[in-house]
Amino acid sequence: MKEILIIDSTLRDGSHAMRHRFTADNISQYAAAAESAGIKVLVVGHGNGLGASSLLIGKSLLSDMEYIKIATKELKKTKLGILAIPGFATVKEDIEPAINAGAEVVFVTCHCTEADTTQKHIEYVSSVGKEAIGVLMMTHMLTPEGLLEQAQKMQGYGASGVLLMDSAGATLPHDVMEKVSALKNGLKIKVGYHAHNNLGMAVANSLAAVEAGATFIDTTMRGYGAGAGNCPMEIITAVLHKSGYKTGMDEFALMGISDGIVAKFMKKPIEIDGVRLASGLAGVFSGFCPIAERAGAQFGVDPKEILMELGRRKIVAGQEDYITEVAIELAKKKGNSGKA
Amino acid sequence: MRVAIIGTGNIGSDLLAKVMRSKYLECSLFAGRSSDSKGIARAREMGISTSTDSVDAILRDPSCCDIVFDSTTAESHARHAPPLIKLNKYILDLTPSKMGFMCIPLLNLEEALNHRDINLISCGGQSSIPIAHAFMKSCPETEYIELASSISSKSAGPGTRINIDEYVWSTKKGIEQFSGVKRAKVMLSLNPAEPPINMHNTLYMETKGEPDIGTIRKNIFEVIEKMKKYTPGVHVVAGPIYEEGRVTVITSVVGAGDFLPKYAGNLDIMTCAAVVVAEECAKKKFLEGATP
Repeated sequence: MKEILIIDSTLRDGSHAMRHRFTADNISQYAAAAESAGIKVLVVGHGNGLGASSLLIGKSLLSDMEYIKIATKELKKTKLGILAIPGFATVKEDIEPAINAGAEVVFVTCHCTEADTTQKHIEYVSSVGKEAIGVLMMTHMLTPEGLLEQAQKMQGYGASGVLLMDSAGATLPHDVMEKVSALKNGLKIKVGYHAHNNLGMAVANSLAAVEAGATFIDTTMRGYGAGAGNCPMEIITAVLHKSGYKTGMDEFALMGISDGIVAKFMKKPIEIDGVRLASGLAGVFSGFCPIAERAGAQFGVDPKEILMELGRRKIVAGQEDYITEVAIELAKKKGNSGKA
Repeated sequence: MRVAIIGTGNIGSDLLAKVMRSKYLECSLFAGRSSDSKGIARAREMGISTSTDSVDAILRDPSCCDIVFDSTTAESHARHAPPLIKLNKYILDLTPSKMGFMCIPLLNLEEALNHRDINLISCGGQSSIPIAHAFMKSCPETEYIELASSISSKSAGPGTRINIDEYVWSTKKGIEQFSGVKRAKVMLSLNPAEPPINMHNTLYMETKGEPDIGTIRKNIFEVIEKMKKYTPGVHVVAGPIYEEGRVTVITSVVGAGDFLPKYAGNLDIMTCAAVVVAEECAKKKFLEGATP
């Protein structure tokens, strides 16, 4: 029976759903539970990773280092993971201190076409003996061949695996299979998948990825994360077991954490409302949803229209400033000056 | 005045086009390291003297130029600068090298000419520091400024990509040093959309209480008019607007379309700044020479 590694990004992608306001108590309580449930890798921090706490994306309640230190205290067997996007996180100011504070797995992340911006960061992480996983975001925007070419660069820099993110929750299962297969056939390193549920496909896509050869799946408890949330860990674990895969996890222990901890700190239930569904259709970064809602309210335009326009312009993660700009333009077109 | 350009990628090639147009400058050497560089081939077709020995071509024949534009990478600049300084050359550094004297022509051109190794900071720095500086004049109590820039993937060559950390560091330092703000944060995103996006910069500036947005607006539009004198494509896209304790201003830079098409304003803002410094340097030398 094939073993699938389940990565836990509840305290990272969940930061988006929490509007980046995870408290110290949330972190320590969840990290302790993750350790006892036998989670292998727990990723912690701002939704866009190290150095991303900002007016642009949203300021974290606590600093990256505080989150890392609080989580490490609770972890023994569970490895601490962090995410770093070059352009936001630098080696010297962010990655190096995070590793010194106990991070063992670094997800070095970029837009799916820009792998060469991750070279120095991946090389640094592997040079200090830690695990670097290359992450390609917004993979619905690139062909399987294109993704393979980018993933091969990351492999060349020393990544131990490549994680494909469907950051916009815009991909359907057959596309997932094609993309994962292309990587599986063309890489020597492991391949993983990270889904969003904006089109209701997160579990189906994660299963499709595994069937196409992915050996690790990035998930969050109860699906707590950006947009309509991620692939729920407790559900994919149950589904994988039912499909004959091993995960080393007990789905009932996970259900206990989901109901007992996550359901209690969630700002609101994760659901596919109109704005989240539109973000999947538009193919824009899931983290844009609450910012589009705010800009929509401020300038008197429908956030769904903002997201669709951002999708037409092919705006990518990290370009949150375009949300306000598009809202202003749409408001002008409607003859509505909003509050500005 | 004779200038050499080392680095034959996007920035070097755009510089060459601008130097060729200058009344004060003449490109006497266009040097890189790779013999199959497309930049070298193009320069040769234009009748420019080229070399694949990079900085060594200048060290061998120091009389070939008075000014050296360095459009390589931060790491290479660290090797290029010391021997060129010894030769008493002016070096206009277009890499985020963390070395040399930081120059924003609008703010410290005169002073910069007293230095030999002059650093142009970064495209984000050149396009946003004058605005942050103008803002801080009306809100000196501001403690935090943030810059989020987007550039098109096509305009970011290998040197830019490998130096992304250095870009963040040097732009942050530039904003802090010139505007006087306590802390700056800098972020950069690459966007591969077709047709390519124009260079796009958003400044978020935290304020203590509600500021006088009218004065801020006036100061910012004034400084942009001044910037247009050497980079005509700089313009305000939106703002400044005030909301929830912060002022936001979004600007964009449309290039002249010299080497890369007009979307690559990030090249122009750097190369225009470098050419302004070089021309000023040439004028100064000429006047010094003319004075009995």
